[in-house]
Amino acid sequence: MIEETRNPDVLSGRLVKASNLKTRNTSQKIWFGVMWLFGLITFLILLLVIGYVLIQGAKVVDWQFLSTAPKGGLSGEGGVSTTLGTTLYLVLLTIVIATPLGVGGAIYLIEYAGEQSLKSPVLKVLIDIANFAVETLAGIPSIIFGLFGYALFVSALQFGWSLLSASLAGACLVLPTIIRTTEEALLTVPDDYRRGSLALGATKWQTLYRVILPASLPGIITGIILSVGRVISETAVFFVTLGGSHRLPTSIMDGGRSLALHLYYLAMDTRAFEKAMGTGAVLVVMIIMINLVIDFVSRKLTAGLRSR
Amino acid sequence: MNTTKLETTDFNLYYGKFQALRNITIEIPEKKVTALIGPSGCGKSTFLRTFNRMNDLIPGVRMTGDVMIDGIDLLEIDPVELRQNVGMVFQKPNPFPKSIFDNVAYGPRVTGMRDHKKLQEIVESSLKAAALWDEVKDDLNKSGLALSGGQQQRLCIARALAVQPSVILMDEPAASLDPIATLKIEDLIHELSQNYTIVIVTHNMQQAGRVSDYTAFFYTDDTRTGRLVEFDETKTLFTNPRDQRTEDYITGRFG
Repeated sequence: MIEETRNPDVLSGRLVKASNLKTRNTSQKIWFGVMWLFGLITFLILLLVIGYVLIQGAKVVDWQFLSTAPKGGLSGEGGVSTTLGTTLYLVLLTIVIATPLGVGGAIYLIEYAGEQSLKSPVLKVLIDIANFAVETLAGIPSIIFGLFGYALFVSALQFGWSLLSASLAGACLVLPTIIRTTEEALLTVPDDYRRGSLALGATKWQTLYRVILPASLPGIITGIILSVGRVISETAVFFVTLGGSHRLPTSIMDGGRSLALHLYYLAMDTRAFEKAMGTGAVLVVMIIMINLVIDFVSRKLTAGLRSR
Repeated sequence: MNTTKLETTDFNLYYGKFQALRNITIEIPEKKVTALIGPSGCGKSTFLRTFNRMNDLIPGVRMTGDVMIDGIDLLEIDPVELRQNVGMVFQKPNPFPKSIFDNVAYGPRVTGMRDHKKLQEIVESSLKAAALWDEVKDDLNKSGLALSGGQQQRLCIARALAVQPSVILMDEPAASLDPIATLKIEDLIHELSQNYTIVIVTHNMQQAGRVSDYTAFFYTDDTRTGRLVEFDETKTLFTNPRDQRTEDYITGRFG
């Protein structure tokens, strides 16, 4: 039966000629070219945005710009020093609040929730809701976190426009990021490690902090640094929780103005457009540096865990 | 006669509603190598994991009947404590992403040992007992993952020995190794049986014949519930099996 449909070349022992080889190769070339062009366009757009901001910004950014405080008001005069300080405070406080919550929550959801949800159907429902919430929160517009932060921290709890209110709202904003990246990091740790550790007489907790957490550290740190970037570049949340003072806050109950927020005020309320560009350039450089750090950290830590 | 180290009486194990093992009664002698053989899915690995309660990690596991270690009901012992006495070596070598030293010192550290001198002694003697010391003594700080597969498995054996168990369970310890590395592991098993009770699951008939003193043949039918068909000295079981199914299996007629 099958003999009838076989290529006569095969039957006579000759090398089989590929059919329409030329067309197939040409179509491959065309599609490859199209993809290449799309890639190039994407790259150029990004380059244009970053390049424009950096070139425009470079006109005003110098040491003086970085080291003097903004004058405030509508003039837009002065530099960005206090907003850099406020950004630093805001990042530190937000990360200090969000990291233990997010990492702890992720550990619970990945390492403990499974066995616990088997024991109690009520807990299973709660855990399912928690998982769904994390998923949903990650995609919610940031102004919603701002509104929530304003309603709860600024007005209901009467923290006012302050570093505290802003950090708490900021923590809500980055929590899904930290939880998701930590969850992913934990899931990449092979179960062989868990079994190996338990079989040696370690408790579950010892297994967690001696084997699983070290092995997932690169992922967790990446999540934290991503969150730092998120806080630095966030505007909407802090617009409604941090106030707008151009002075450096002296306590966590003081309001202030982060770099991104300052940029917003400069662009919307003043005519100092070149200062806004300068501030933007500083922001872009910070984000680029953070991405380089992420790259470096994950590469370094991953390499450390493998051989050598 | 030998002393019995591990024993089960009318032991049944269920995963939810599915019965994986039925009426297993066996006495595993101390300081001997006992091989568990049988076709895939006959429950021999499940049975092995009963002795260090690793099955407990699987949701829905239920056990009935008696399982004893040194005459004590094993199901009454806290699994963490039990696993300090019953070590395990897995099919795929699973060293931690840590240095060779930290891998071997893991067990003692977990149980609270801080004294570095003592840890060094334990690491050295465990690596020697696992026939790995000469190959790694100069780079104990190298990652355990940088070793070859066979070395990794011996590292895992050293890691288990460092906890000073009396029983070592091995779940196809050479299944992922090349013939030369396999031979080294088999020599090591033979060596270790002077001081440890060893229970080994293997798919390899020749291996069971080479390394074990006793062999248990497990079998299953369409119900996929595993049963113990025959248990005897390896020599007897391989040359003069009592059950037709054992004979068919060891002569390679199925499985």
